[in-house]
Amino acid sequence: MQITKRGRLAVILFLLPCLTGLVLFSVIPVLYAFLLSFTDWDGLKPVDLPGGVPSFVGLDNYISILSGEEFWRVLRNTAVYVVLYIPVILIASMSAALLLNRPYRGVGLYRVLFYIPVLTSWVAGSLIFKSLLSPEYGGVNELLGWIGVEGPGWLYDPVWAMPGIVLASIWKDMGFFALIFLGGLQSIDPVYYEAAKIDGANVWQRMKHITLPLLSPVTFFVIVICLIFSFQLFPQVMIMTDGGPHGATQVMVERIYRYSFNYFKMGYASAFSFILFAIIFLFTWLQLKLQKKWVHYDA
Amino acid sequence: MKWSMKWMKVLLLTVAVLAVAAAGCSGGPSAETGAEQTGGSPQQGSSEGGAESDAEAVTVKFTNFSASGDNEKYLQQMKEAFEKEHSHIKIDIETLPYEGYFTQMQTRVASGTAPDAYELNYENFVSYAKKGVLKDLTEFFDGFDTSVLNSNALEAFAADGKQYGLPASFSNVVLFYNKDLFDQAGAEYPTNDWTWQDVQEAAEKIRALGDQIYGIYQPIQFWEFYKMVRQNGGSLMNEDMTQFTLDTPENIETLEYMVGRVLDTNVMPTEAQMAGMGDWDLFKSGRLGMLVTGIWAFPDFSENIDFQWDIEVEPGNTAKATHFFSNGLVINQNSKVAEAAFEWLKFMSSSKEAAQIRVDAGWELPAINDEDVLESYLQVTPPDNKKAVFESLDYLVTPPVVEQNAEMTDIINLHLEAARDGAITPAEALREAQKALEEKINLQ
Repeated sequence: MQITKRGRLAVILFLLPCLTGLVLFSVIPVLYAFLLSFTDWDGLKPVDLPGGVPSFVGLDNYISILSGEEFWRVLRNTAVYVVLYIPVILIASMSAALLLNRPYRGVGLYRVLFYIPVLTSWVAGSLIFKSLLSPEYGGVNELLGWIGVEGPGWLYDPVWAMPGIVLASIWKDMGFFALIFLGGLQSIDPVYYEAAKIDGANVWQRMKHITLPLLSPVTFFVIVICLIFSFQLFPQVMIMTDGGPHGATQVMVERIYRYSFNYFKMGYASAFSFILFAIIFLFTWLQLKLQKKWVHYDA
Repeated sequence: MKWSMKWMKVLLLTVAVLAVAAAGCSGGPSAETGAEQTGGSPQQGSSEGGAESDAEAVTVKFTNFSASGDNEKYLQQMKEAFEKEHSHIKIDIETLPYEGYFTQMQTRVASGTAPDAYELNYENFVSYAKKGVLKDLTEFFDGFDTSVLNSNALEAFAADGKQYGLPASFSNVVLFYNKDLFDQAGAEYPTNDWTWQDVQEAAEKIRALGDQIYGIYQPIQFWEFYKMVRQNGGSLMNEDMTQFTLDTPENIETLEYMVGRVLDTNVMPTEAQMAGMGDWDLFKSGRLGMLVTGIWAFPDFSENIDFQWDIEVEPGNTAKATHFFSNGLVINQNSKVAEAAFEWLKFMSSSKEAAQIRVDAGWELPAINDEDVLESYLQVTPPDNKKAVFESLDYLVTPPVVEQNAEMTDIINLHLEAARDGAITPAEALREAQKALEEKINLQ
């Protein structure tokens, strides 16, 4: 269909409020940050003061980040998070979605209950988990004690701090991904299940040969989003551990925040953001390539 | 619903691009909560009108954090007293919560919208001063006798030989102790002559009282460490501040002593034993013999403790050393009313009236030397031995301060914590810290 000149004007007018916001608050800051990443700006000095104009340092920020020990340590911490978080959140949210997809009474209420943590503020959620995970007085170790397991020091133990944060993230994000899975489940045509039942397929076979393949585009979407979420891990770390114990939960965005607002190295922090962007972009692109092997479209 | 591959690609790449935008501009949770806590009324206490009638009146915008919470009414009293004396100056006070204060101030300074005068804590002061965004106050010092101010506190707000700030308030750190636990353990009360050895012996006796009772709590972090190495004749930097000297034998011995209290004799609880409980709470619960903390604990402890407690000057080892915290008042380099702003800073910092308001309110210590005002401070008990607050001032040491102060403190803390938790030995921790500091901190 051809869009007439008048029509195009209308389109632009309707898009304008949204585009203005996007350009002002996303596009311009992103471009500006990209420029800053090649400077030594401290984020403090106004440019109209003597010596306030930041000087260009070329690729120095990028080189210094990539050649330092810190970046790789932080990346390793993030990897630990990813490896723990993604399998658990996938299984948990898909199971929740399967349960919530059944037609029993009051299912609407359960769907709401599962979604409530998503709406909770991260600040509140993190504080609750911080007290739940307290080694001596917390509920989690109390529960473990009932089954005869002596709980770890959680957020005070460099090995267990990241799993503690993963636990909080799963609690909070599960409802969100369950909702996406639920959407996927409901778009599967019941005809397939009927046909399979007539052919004598049992529950497991139906799951394996109908549900999982037909859900694969949604699963793919969820994995990509999860990975992006993981690299952007921030508020829960800030509140639950502040990067500790001795650096075991320092992650990318936490470092970016630290460098820009505590250490007054805005240029360095901007370079860090763009390295983060490159990593996220790379992983997303890789997944887009790999999906041909397992994602089935056009069911 | 059909999931087409093309649609998926567009969506995911959009998300990826927006993701970096979100990462780039996240102000952090502290900024968010900060905005919530002010409840949208950061202008509390601004002028009540009538200012416009006076054509020559100037308005000074002043932003602070230390009045947030309970003390806004006392700041208001100071403002009223000041405006009575200076009819041509109006003070427009803005009080922000501590959380998020520095993030917000940084943004405002960078965008050229900083208030005329504002408050900075000692830790942030040097970074601001060295970046040239503060006015040198010496040009206003004609007829201002700085000797009324505590010289240590005044010195704290100088950098590169220029006085960029005036001290607003002042707090130092002393040894708090639980008399009841000392009695039960049959230990002598601390005195001004105590050394680390005496502390250790008393702490062990008190620790023996019960599984949940601890001898001492003295946080293993930068602020305690720089002072304790001084108590042991060490130092974190060389004399002219051109080199770090973290891994000297004196410093290693100091950290071994601090860590030994946690890991060997366990007279101080581990992080897991603390389990997120605050050190003040541990003391208030009556389960802690000694606590090294600041005098800003007085109002809380007087109100919430029912056992007998007192204070003493902090014990040293080969030397005595105590430390203090101070909040300073500074003027924005670009302020158009700097002279009037200085009058206001001078009033808050050095006038007897403002000091009396502070003392009456128990709102930290004023940074002045006035005997009368300080006398009325001593009257309020507990603690009985309040004069230890002033005796401690004889041994004050100031922390090494560099332009990359926050970064330096974080690096040192990271390694101190690793030693505290037994992940590495104190000697290793200090060697690694030394290496990291040499790599990252530029001492010019």
